[in-house]
Amino acid sequence: MADETVVDRGRVEIAEDLCKGCGLCLLACPVRVLVLAEHLNSYGYHPARYLGRGCTGCGVCYYACPEPAAITVYRREAAAARV
Amino acid sequence: MYVRAYEKPKSIYGVFERKPGDPRTTHYCPGCGHGNVHKYIAEAIDDLGIQDRTILISPVGCAVFAYYYFDVGNIQAAHGRAPAVATAVKRARPESIVISYQGDGDLAAIGGNEILHAANRGENITVFFINNAIYGMTGGQMAPTTLPGQVTTTTPMGRAPEREGFPLRVSELLASLEGPTYIERVALFDNKSRMRARKAIRKALQVQLEGRGFSFVEILSPCPTGWGMTPAQACEWIQREMLRYFPLGVFKDISATRPSAPTASHQGKLTDLASSPEEVLALLGLEGVVSAHPPWPHDVDAPARYRNPRIKIAGFGGQGVLFLGRLLAEAGMRQGYHVCWLPSYGPEMRGGTAHCHVTISGEPIASPLVSRPSVLIAMNRPSLERFEPEVIPGGVILYDSSLISMPPRRTDVEVLPVPATRMADRLGSAKAANMVALGAYLQLTHVLPAEAVIAALERVVEDRSLLELNVKSLRAGMEYVSARREHGAP
Ligand SMILES: Cc1ncc(C[n+]2csc(CCOP(=O)(O)OP(=O)(O)O)c2C)c(N)n1
Ligand code: SF4
Ligand code: SF4
Ligand code: SF4
Repeated sequence: MADETVVDRGRVEIAEDLCKGCGLCLLACPVRVLVLAEHLNSYGYHPARYLGRGCTGCGVCYYACPEPAAITVYRREAAAARV
Repeated sequence: MYVRAYEKPKSIYGVFERKPGDPRTTHYCPGCGHGNVHKYIAEAIDDLGIQDRTILISPVGCAVFAYYYFDVGNIQAAHGRAPAVATAVKRARPESIVISYQGDGDLAAIGGNEILHAANRGENITVFFINNAIYGMTGGQMAPTTLPGQVTTTTPMGRAPEREGFPLRVSELLASLEGPTYIERVALFDNKSRMRARKAIRKALQVQLEGRGFSFVEILSPCPTGWGMTPAQACEWIQREMLRYFPLGVFKDISATRPSAPTASHQGKLTDLASSPEEVLALLGLEGVVSAHPPWPHDVDAPARYRNPRIKIAGFGGQGVLFLGRLLAEAGMRQGYHVCWLPSYGPEMRGGTAHCHVTISGEPIASPLVSRPSVLIAMNRPSLERFEPEVIPGGVILYDSSLISMPPRRTDVEVLPVPATRMADRLGSAKAANMVALGAYLQLTHVLPAEAVIAALERVVEDRSLLELNVKSLRAGMEYVSARREHGAP
């Protein structure tokens, strides 16, 4: 199946400047779609970064992250998911 | 179309206004478990719909600033005292959901006593206990929960149980008591353990919400900084080392069988029993007390310089200076003023000097402390020497001239010597010297009518003959000042 046509069930947003680069979300993600970025954020941490594909919207990274607002996980609406 | 499924809980502020630095990140170190626990608690508060009535008591420790983050009612308690504060809050406001949030230094070391008794009383509060096996805030010293062999700044060779004792298993300890309803230990080291922690936190709040009594969740939580590890290593360490000593699980759960019956913290509020302020006062045995706050001056003609007194009363432990203060406050209250009485306890209760702070005011009182008194009542020499410099210019120093031969040196204050102890002794007991002094103070200032003080005395002193002696001494003090005036003294 061509990658471009796959519609992911989830999407994750990382607020780069709220991330402390602890790496716990990376370890938590079951499908390993998070990495630490090469660059530094304004605090001097390597922020977590979403690879852009493959998120299932499971929310596991959200619960692993100690920062209240660093991670937001989106899910495809149930109706849309069925299409 | 994507919709938000997991986002910052509403019970956590969007911007942490009070926090210095970037007000959108916490002050916690990278990988610190405090942040996770904050999120789980806030999520549970959101889901249970209790944000408006939750009051969080933050500890001393790294979580001292929890009130930066939680958009709920917040109080920050003295080190280890959060369960006592939580008890008071819950009993005063039974409808509130009260959370005591504490670290292991706070809860298990300095606050060991508080938590034991709160649990034993079965207070209907929820305690979240962050066990990170170390004092994080102060730089990584040994905690009661530090593991045998664990290196900390105060156990550089590792904790040796024969020297430093064994780690305290607080959950097991509390579970041995009758009082608690629900006790569980969880951990933060992998996805499954985090989900378990979320569940336990929610359950603990649910127990309180249903009025089923004391709920307690211990959370084994990473402190990468204190342990000198990366966040990932810290999680491994919890799993490999901490779990061996601190097994996870539910240690007590009688929430299903404990009725949500009224516990101590559920006893009716006064306002349930009485509908008017007068009825409340009657229930408290305070019939006839003025319930409005008359501004000075009301019916007593106290000269302006004597109004709204901030009083310090000091003397020997046995001289009844604390009682004198209480009586003044009680009488002031009967007259409808704002009053405050703050006793200063200490080793001086056994000798030395004891003192108390009393404020009587037509306005609400901001601080119970009287650091610059307008009135000093000094019943012995050390008290006079200690507090004389604090009195404001134009203030009053009333002292017991039978015990203090050196009069105050201040010339910018009004000085009233009263041979209180000798007079009281003549009247029946030197112990009533405090009442002589009080009478003298009242007659000098007219701050309160004598009747209000006598009414307060009648309420507090049960023994008839003691009451008589007190009233007699009070009147003697008043007459002494009148007589002094007639003889030309100011
Ligand atoms: C009365 C008093 N004693 C000692 C201290 C110093 N002190 C501050 S925090 C702390 C212990 C913190 O450890 P813990 O409760 O485990 O919380 P953590 O910082 O690890 O979250 C101590 C001893 C203090 N602030 N007040
Ligand atoms: S939501 Fe799940 S799949 Fe998506 S990034 Fe987070 S952990 Fe990975
Ligand atoms: S868990 Fe949070 S703070 Fe840590 S790296 Fe991931 S997004 Fe950043
Ligand atoms: S010192 Fe430890 S407990 Fe304190 S904020 Fe840092 S990691 Fe958390």
